[in-house]
Amino acid sequence: MQGETISRDFPAIDAIIKKYGERKEFLICILQDIQARYGYLPREDLERVAEKLGIPLIQIYSVATFFKAFSLRPKGGHTIQVCLGTACHVRGAERVLSKIKRDLDIDVDETTKDMNFTLKTVNCLGACALGPIVEIDGKYHGNMNTTKVESVLKKYSTKMKE
Amino acid sequence: MEKIESPLELEKLRKSIQSKKKKEKTFISICAGTGCRASGSESVINAFKEEIKFLGLQNKVGVKVTGCHGFCEKGPIIVIHPKEIFYHNVEKEDVMEIVSETIIGGKIIDRLLYVDPTTGKKITKESDVPFYNKQKRIILGNNGKIDPTDIEDYIALGGYSALSKVLFKIKPEQIIEEVKKSGLRGRGGGGFPTGRKWESCRNAKGKLKYVICNADEGDPGAYMDRSLLEGNPHSVLEGMIIGAYAIGSKNGYVYVRNEYPLAVKHLEIAVNQAEEYGFLGKNILGSGFNFSILISRGGGAFVCGESTALMASLEGKPGEPRAKYVHTVEKGLWNKPTTLNNVETWANIPIIIHKGASWYSKIGTEKSKGTKIFSLVGKINNTGLVETPMGMKLREIIYDIGGGIPNKKKFKAVQTGGPSGGCIPEELIDLPIDFEKLTEAGSMMGSGGMIVMDEETCMVDVAKYFLKFLMEESCGKCVPCREGILQMGEILENITKGNGQPGDIELLEEISTVIKDTSLCALGGTAPNPVLSTIRYFRNEYDSHIKDKKCPAGVCQALIQYSIIPKKCIGCGACLKQCPQNAITGEKKQPHIINPEKCIKCGACYDVCKFDAIKRV
Repeated sequence: MQGETISRDFPAIDAIIKKYGERKEFLICILQDIQARYGYLPREDLERVAEKLGIPLIQIYSVATFFKAFSLRPKGGHTIQVCLGTACHVRGAERVLSKIKRDLDIDVDETTKDMNFTLKTVNCLGACALGPIVEIDGKYHGNMNTTKVESVLKKYSTKMKE
Repeated sequence: MEKIESPLELEKLRKSIQSKKKKEKTFISICAGTGCRASGSESVINAFKEEIKFLGLQNKVGVKVTGCHGFCEKGPIIVIHPKEIFYHNVEKEDVMEIVSETIIGGKIIDRLLYVDPTTGKKITKESDVPFYNKQKRIILGNNGKIDPTDIEDYIALGGYSALSKVLFKIKPEQIIEEVKKSGLRGRGGGGFPTGRKWESCRNAKGKLKYVICNADEGDPGAYMDRSLLEGNPHSVLEGMIIGAYAIGSKNGYVYVRNEYPLAVKHLEIAVNQAEEYGFLGKNILGSGFNFSILISRGGGAFVCGESTALMASLEGKPGEPRAKYVHTVEKGLWNKPTTLNNVETWANIPIIIHKGASWYSKIGTEKSKGTKIFSLVGKINNTGLVETPMGMKLREIIYDIGGGIPNKKKFKAVQTGGPSGGCIPEELIDLPIDFEKLTEAGSMMGSGGMIVMDEETCMVDVAKYFLKFLMEESCGKCVPCREGILQMGEILENITKGNGQPGDIELLEEISTVIKDTSLCALGGTAPNPVLSTIRYFRNEYDSHIKDKKCPAGVCQALIQYSIIPKKCIGCGACLKQCPQNAITGEKKQPHIINPEKCIKCGACYDVCKFDAIKRV
């Protein structure tokens, strides 16, 4: 798989599973922790979780594909989240999203070829006063418009080169 | 900290905290809710801490990092107590001056004061700002006074006294009676009477019962639950513990959205502290009552706000709802009797116990009691969280508190109830807002999002937006919701692309009826509301799209054209540089023109033009 660089770290996965007492009702929390660690859910890890919790792999996949928070593919160095909440929408979030898509030449849920950016959308970040909002790696960029997109993206492109 | 083992010990502790706090005469309360953080409040906080340390004022001046004050538009916000001096849009560069002038010198800094847009007067005190003084902040009010990561702040303001009262003086049945008498109804959307829910759960068979706090706040544009959890988590926990005692439950869960990292963090701290002080765990306050709370983070699915889907998710399964022939108060989580209430509902409980049902039921309207927190967002001057008594008129919320519509634009509608709600048009602006009136108007209370729309908002586009949202969030279990919303979305897509047909509106209405009648859960059952309410009040706009192939608000891309108004264009060339298609041409200092054949209608020129010379019709 493209961008697969992490060698599987089962002790870390086992520690996560142990933290939740190896109880299967904490499956979502376990997956969240794995996702937070690697940015996505590697298949080998899911197999490990299935084995440890004693549940079929397909059941894990049904959860992993149901919830928006999980990704089965590796993410880029920076994750961009464009807020498409109603307040951002009426203030022109769609135009901002289109501009980012054009500039990066990717669609939502895709990663740029250089693995620098992954583009996501989010339903509401609850910082509506600053809408339209674009969140990059947890930092909020408020009152966005098509003009601002370029300068904001630039900051993260150069940072990666350094 | 040793566990508190009796009500007497709690009161002793409270007195000692209060007398300790009294020594700190001046303190600066700085909002560090998500909104203010996004505007840079963290650097302001650090600057204050450094400056106060530098001047050696640590023992005289306190810095209180609080949760959301509500006035997000003006963030970062600070309030200097005890004089209650309100400064807004504070930057770290202002900090030295604030400390030397206001805190040491006792002088007011004019430029940081709030200016009342209607009178033009500068306002010094927080409680005199119209945004605040028209509200009734019984739930949100303490957000600005307490550090949410310090349980002692909550205790100092009377926290956990309601719990101590019920554990030793009130029987569970009496608590339920009190909650019933208060008239409290669920704040998550449905508006079901809370006391009745508790009663059914208490009477349900089985020893093992669960209490759940629904903090999976999914409605886009609504963030009151997040602010409560971030700013005053103990009020929610106290409500839950009281509820658990009334129902006879030992185990509770908070299901919180993972997209709210700060809320999760504050909640975790609060649960740990509550355990440490003996408000959670075994033998709470020496009463013999045991109750513990686990925090579970959501996976980012809107449908998990629905109670049965939430419970499925808590069990580690995909969040699919089930039919509710058997109520969750009888068979809920793990098939055990379960009481699920929303964050704001739980936060109301300690106040009802503390002040009494008869006090509480005096607030509000005949059938909707108490206050409601709304998040006032969209095309509004004072974006923020607003708590008003039930029954306040929409006009007062939008104009008196919200400060009206920005850029001298005209008010068009307000959307309430999120994707399950509807749009309320300008002619209903004097509508008193409560559960019944909103439903009569074809919308609903929902969790309290109020998205204000102006003349530049296209109502067909809004309807399409919500359908697209629901299309993605439908879990896919039942056909009417999965397929019906998809079909409606396609019809709306066609209309907004200029391919609408006569009869489309009627077809939308027909599909709506089927979806409403046959969907498994409330997500599908209410999904057509945004479409139906916009058809009801803005049919003309649908007609313009379908018959005239025009979008009067200038939003639907396929139906609009960008052009340059020659009289306004000074030929600066800013748009020319921005245009990704090289569709704009023109000499310097001469009016430019847009070639409509090359234009992809991205709006870049519109955003960059400082002279309003780009027309979008």
